[in-house]
Amino acid sequence: MSTLEIKGLTVSVQTEDGPKEILRGVDLTVNSGETHAIMGPNGSGKSTLAYSIAGHPKYTVTGGTVTLDGEDVLAMSVDERARAGLFLAMQYPVEVPGVTVSNFLRTAKTAIDGEAPKLRTWVKDVKQAMNNLRMDPAFAERNVNEGFSGGEKKRHEILQLQLLKPKMAILDETDSGLDIDALRIVSEGVNQAKDETDLGVLLITHYTRILRYIQPDFVHVFVDGRIVEEGGKELADRLEEEGYDRFLTQASA
Amino acid sequence: MSLVADTSRPVDAVTAAGRAHTDSAAAFVPDKSRAERTASFDVADFPVPSGREEEWRFTPVKKLRGLLETGATGRLRWETVLPEGVTLSTLPAADARALGLLPPQDRAAVVAADVDTVTLLDIPAEAELSEPVRIRLVGDDLEQRVHEHLVVRAGHHAKATVLLAHRGSAQYSQLVSVLTGDASDVTLVSAQRWEDDAIHLAQHDALVGRDATYRHISLTLGGQVVRLNANVRYAGPGGDATLLGVYFADSGQHLEHRSFVDHNTAHCKSHVTYKGALQGDTARTVWVGDALIRAEAEGTDTYELNRNLILTDGARADSVPNLEIETGEIEGAGHASATGRFDDLQLFYLQARGIPEDEAKRLVVRGFFADIIREIPLADLRDEATAAIEHELATTEYAASTTSTSTTLDRTSKEN
Repeated sequence: MSTLEIKGLTVSVQTEDGPKEILRGVDLTVNSGETHAIMGPNGSGKSTLAYSIAGHPKYTVTGGTVTLDGEDVLAMSVDERARAGLFLAMQYPVEVPGVTVSNFLRTAKTAIDGEAPKLRTWVKDVKQAMNNLRMDPAFAERNVNEGFSGGEKKRHEILQLQLLKPKMAILDETDSGLDIDALRIVSEGVNQAKDETDLGVLLITHYTRILRYIQPDFVHVFVDGRIVEEGGKELADRLEEEGYDRFLTQASA
Repeated sequence: MSLVADTSRPVDAVTAAGRAHTDSAAAFVPDKSRAERTASFDVADFPVPSGREEEWRFTPVKKLRGLLETGATGRLRWETVLPEGVTLSTLPAADARALGLLPPQDRAAVVAADVDTVTLLDIPAEAELSEPVRIRLVGDDLEQRVHEHLVVRAGHHAKATVLLAHRGSAQYSQLVSVLTGDASDVTLVSAQRWEDDAIHLAQHDALVGRDATYRHISLTLGGQVVRLNANVRYAGPGGDATLLGVYFADSGQHLEHRSFVDHNTAHCKSHVTYKGALQGDTARTVWVGDALIRAEAEGTDTYELNRNLILTDGARADSVPNLEIETGEIEGAGHASATGRFDDLQLFYLQARGIPEDEAKRLVVRGFFADIIREIPLADLRDEATAAIEHELATTEYAASTTSTSTTLDRTSKEN
């Protein structure tokens, strides 16, 4: 049982006109096995929340705390956060030329576990996970994200999620740019990881369609750098019908 | 009918401080075509350079000691492994020139060729060598001034790999003239694994036969000053030349690579890719890639690419691609150059998967060189190169990363 606890988190980025506050006090607790959907309009700070938890250097935490099982996440380097059990599936995964997927996965697994995986079981695990995500075996010998289609990049992110077995996963707009078949495959992959490891999930999305495949336990509406409304799955259904207009009016009023 | 599109244009020179140097490459526009550059076997045609000349302006001429003077004082030690059928012999310089070699194009090369006897490596026609020709060139004494001229001749339909492995200490000026027969397939690998004090000036020319494939791969890790010019001309249509290079400069090293592909014949291809990494205060690299597509070279396809990765503060890489195009009837021509530090997005991505920063950087550097290392046709040399780069990286104290790189991409497509 793990707990990711975010309290009063404020985050700013450096702009030409000086620092700009993006997150204005975020409170959120995610426990193992729970799926929290963070929904909100573009520019509301959803991705900033994801990157701040993962430790991207572009974002400066100006206040608040983030802890994983009581440990201070904000004091950790990016790789320490990953080794502590946090995983960020990125909206725009980065190309790493000359580094093959198989080399990358093995290096990451070794870093996370603190020892190299046993060759025989590892090869089998990778094959199985790739097969589940309908990935061609030849994929393993391609360079990380180089020339991948949008769908391939997202599948590759979920492949890592399955193999690295984190405690908490933040999925940043994993549904964006996916057609319905790819969305289904990727969602199955997330659900499988949840079943196998009691993963806690923070699912960031603009649209509700991914929530048809990944059932959220909690839905949080994110507007202007903070959570403005919380509820269960029914809140997502309401957003589907009404959109974000009513929150935007509130925010600007 | 003929379009003159001179896109000759130097690109970036970047220091680890991240600012472009406007005082050198960026402000420079060549005043004449590469075709007008002197090419001759006569020493008198090349005065000793002062360092202000276009072809010498990046080179630390003062460090070259007496190497640009005529008169050698010694030889390198040659250790050779010759597959069956391959012969090594000597012949008088005059006889060698009668073979139709490309003449020297700078003072260093003309001095290297100013010898009485030339070494000839002969690969017979239709020979398909299963093992490489290995020539180890060892310098035992830095005070020795060595001038050597090697001719590599591959007959028609021959298939061969030749390795020149440079080791030790010397002041060495070298001319290597490669003559590839029709439809031959020749790879010349030149590995510079010198001691830290060696000085090596080289011109490696190839006259590529009709429908022949030629590859030149340079691997420069050692030496105080290494300046290697790899040049290509075509003896007939259908030639395909690939020039590849990997270099890694530490403090105190000046590693310079130049290439000149002279598309003098129709329907030939060339592909030039050099990649370098630099670390340490005074590490210095230079890449100058010239390509000339002459009016008669219709159907040419050429691309020149240079990338540099600056690992620490203080290092400097200059990168100057020059492309001259005298006909519009081509398949394609382009060049690109980028010099920068680590991409912090790449590092963030790798670290977000638990990989510590230093290991992430090693992974990125290995990946950066991977596409060229892979092209080295000798497994032992591939391993040696990889291990040597790992060794270099083990001593690196990295500078902060940045996303800023400067890139130029020009692509001229076939005219309609």
